[in-house]
Amino acid sequence: MNYQMIGFVIGRILWTEAALLLLPELTALLYGEPLLPFLGPIALLLLAGLPLRRRPKQTALYARDGFAVVALAWVLMSAFGALPFVVSGYIPNFVDAFFETVSGFTTTGATILTAVEPLSQSILFWRSFTHWIGGMGVLVFVMAVLPMTDGHGMHLLRAEMPGPSVGKLVSRMSDTAKILYGIYLVMTLVEIALLVVGGMPLFDSCIHAFGSAGTGGFSSKNLSVGAYDNAYFDVVIGIFMLLFGVNFNLYYFLLVRRFRDVFRSEELWAYAAIVGAAVLAIATDILHMYESFAQSLRYSFFQVASIITTTGYATADFNLWPTFSKGILVVLMFVGACAGSTGGGIKVARIVILAKTSWGDMRKMLHPNAVTTTRFEGKALTDKHIRSVHLFITVYLIVFTVSFLLLSLNGFDIVTTFTAVTACINNIGPGLEAVGPMGNFAGFAWWSKLLLSFDMLVGRLEIFPMLLLFAPSIWKRRRIVWRT
Amino acid sequence: MKIIIVGAGKVGSALTQQLSADGHNVTVVDQDPRLIDNIINIYDVMGVCGNGAVYGVQKEAEVEKAELLIATTSSDELNILSCLVAKKLGARHTIARIRNPEYEKQLRFMRDELGLSMAINPERAAAREIARVLRFPAAMKVESFSKGRLELVEYRLPADSALDGLQLADLYRNIRVRVLICAVARKGETIIPSGDFILRAGDKIYLTSSPDQLAQFFRHLGVFRSKASTVMIVGASKICYYLTSELLNMGMSVKIIDRDEQRCIQMGEQLPKALVIVGDGTDSDLLHEEGIGQTDAFVAITGIDEANILMSMCASKESGNHCKVVAKINRKSLVDLVSNESMIDSVISARSTTTELIVQYVRAMESAEGAKIKTLHRLVDGAVEALEFGVTADVPFIGVPLKNLKLRNGLLLAGIVQRNGKIIIPSGNDCLSLGDDVIVVTTDTSLQDIHDICRE
Repeated sequence: MNYQMIGFVIGRILWTEAALLLLPELTALLYGEPLLPFLGPIALLLLAGLPLRRRPKQTALYARDGFAVVALAWVLMSAFGALPFVVSGYIPNFVDAFFETVSGFTTTGATILTAVEPLSQSILFWRSFTHWIGGMGVLVFVMAVLPMTDGHGMHLLRAEMPGPSVGKLVSRMSDTAKILYGIYLVMTLVEIALLVVGGMPLFDSCIHAFGSAGTGGFSSKNLSVGAYDNAYFDVVIGIFMLLFGVNFNLYYFLLVRRFRDVFRSEELWAYAAIVGAAVLAIATDILHMYESFAQSLRYSFFQVASIITTTGYATADFNLWPTFSKGILVVLMFVGACAGSTGGGIKVARIVILAKTSWGDMRKMLHPNAVTTTRFEGKALTDKHIRSVHLFITVYLIVFTVSFLLLSLNGFDIVTTFTAVTACINNIGPGLEAVGPMGNFAGFAWWSKLLLSFDMLVGRLEIFPMLLLFAPSIWKRRRIVWRT
Repeated sequence: MKIIIVGAGKVGSALTQQLSADGHNVTVVDQDPRLIDNIINIYDVMGVCGNGAVYGVQKEAEVEKAELLIATTSSDELNILSCLVAKKLGARHTIARIRNPEYEKQLRFMRDELGLSMAINPERAAAREIARVLRFPAAMKVESFSKGRLELVEYRLPADSALDGLQLADLYRNIRVRVLICAVARKGETIIPSGDFILRAGDKIYLTSSPDQLAQFFRHLGVFRSKASTVMIVGASKICYYLTSELLNMGMSVKIIDRDEQRCIQMGEQLPKALVIVGDGTDSDLLHEEGIGQTDAFVAITGIDEANILMSMCASKESGNHCKVVAKINRKSLVDLVSNESMIDSVISARSTTTELIVQYVRAMESAEGAKIKTLHRLVDGAVEALEFGVTADVPFIGVPLKNLKLRNGLLLAGIVQRNGKIIIPSGNDCLSLGDDVIVVTTDTSLQDIHDICRE
């Protein structure tokens, strides 16, 4: 374990967070709001990073160091990021503020606030800005700005980026990170511009663009996007949510004119098919609740886009929709967005691989001697890949089940408990019943909030970094000898 | 610069490490997904899995944007084919590793007609390096600059050395030979020494001077050994073939020992002047029978590192330390281990020789026209580089006394070869003039241009 290098990277991340806090500080300055809620944490972050500023001689980070760095960085960032809420007095309880910040960074969008409109502009800005930072990942950002390690850095990227197989776009990791952040930034700016053109105030446009770019879901309105009741906003935000749910590698391929790779992306087709089918099914199912098909299509489209990309914005209280529609939405919660996007969930790529291998294995039952190879994105899948997908799903289900059982101790009804865990582990935000789109997580006990915070981090970091943080061999200095 | 490396074997990964550390954008192509996986995890490079000679794979690696493609797979044919495809697809330069002597003979044709920029034969390069060391047995390693007019040798100070405790400023007064100590490796640290540096026993020092001055120096120290005249080689490998032919040309007598009878017979057919013996190189009876006590040099170049180390130690002991012992060791961790024992005098690795040649080529590609690096040698496992530049007309500090130049930290001018062939060990009053070759020793391993030796 390279403790010194882990410390160094963590120190740099804390300083990066301090720099990022300058933006809400600026907002506070613009709106004439108190500056202390941000100045305090900035000073604290700078101070905390000070003893870690020395770059160690040995800079290699191996696999376990990578996992440890990523998990620790996210926990620490959330802890420090919660301070503005506490200091400003809007969320005096630290556990609540921690939940809110974790929900922000992991792009979940679950809130413990019963009303968001009383919050000051700068706090609202920080709350949504955490989505934008967390969407693409902090370590990716730090790598883009400061190249840190000589080698083995791939472990860091892999631990933070969502998806079953993480590749680089270009050979330099820092260049890859720059390209990704470049695409991310430009798309966010385009969305802000489109919303402003449609008549949304600039501040609200930023908030909702951050929310949809990171596929987070924090809004500045109690009624979420539904507060505007504007079809143009619904369409713009809906489309952009779907766009941010697409693998970012495809945008890079578009940029370098590799159109064929985009067109042939199996995951993209599957994603489009799932979205299309779900939109039509729900639109038909809720037709009787609205005046016209166009109306029901509008609400159905927005909600499907919001849920499959794990954003969690709402234009309608889908808690009141028929059970079939709610069922589809809950299934979509598990499916999630594409690998390599800012969205959460199991990811379309894994679902496709799982479906294909299951089909192949079943065919083998009928023809025991048949040779089956499963192909994905035009390449034959190796056993290692398939096993890693199976492992992911298995561990995912175990974590889900344990969390569900523990949360049920809190005494809520079964739908609330189930969808609360679903919404948190898949980084969506709203669930059904008490935690539905118009509800919130305020009613949970403090330990439930910590459990759900853990689930959100598990979901965002794709399970293993958070779980491996508890593996003894990560922290023990000596090798553990297993006696049998 | 974008560089594609085909083949992620030993040489391929060593190159990947060096070139990506030098700041190039490296893409590695190999057929084995495990090798690719491993290399992506360790180095900041891109990996493409597939046959490097295939059009589609090269397209995926974006060969049309690459300035250089280096093919280092184990197959000559694949390497040549990869280079051909890459050249047609738009790579500017291509380097192939070619070991088969038959292909080597048509090198000129391949360069002129097929567009291969450079062909590297690791075995022959290693053989040349061994031959150089055998010409100068007192040193651990010998590198030459400016067509051999100036040499750089590596020497470890033994425990009872006369130089132990000597300050560098007093060196000339004590020995009366003009040599320059341009780098010192001490306990894992590398130092570019100044005048007040004090030498200690166990230091590995790097000296530059002309060959005869260096011979004088070693004579003064009483460690001079004249050019080896009888050489014993264990391992009838490809290197052995090249080495033996070179040594025979130099008039040495060569004995080759190998366990495999078939290979011995082959070697004997190819090299009628050499004496080939079937036997085990670690067998001390055999070594004595073949006269290890009277041999000047012992070279262990079988394919197995461990065997080479053991044989060398054995030979060193049997000969009573009178024999120059050279071992081929490819794995770096073993080299580090062995270099602390004083039983093996010189260590050669085909991999690092190849890497050095390619890095030198890449560096020369980068530097501006005219100010090209003429020679590059890497010392102390690549921590220090010795480079030779030609002084061209656009160098701003021609005629300026060296003491007035603001040289960079960790950089030393180790020698100047004047146009008339005279060698100057530079002092503050000397100056560079047009047409000179200057040798620079530096810890900054990214120096490309003679203009860079001064601070801004």
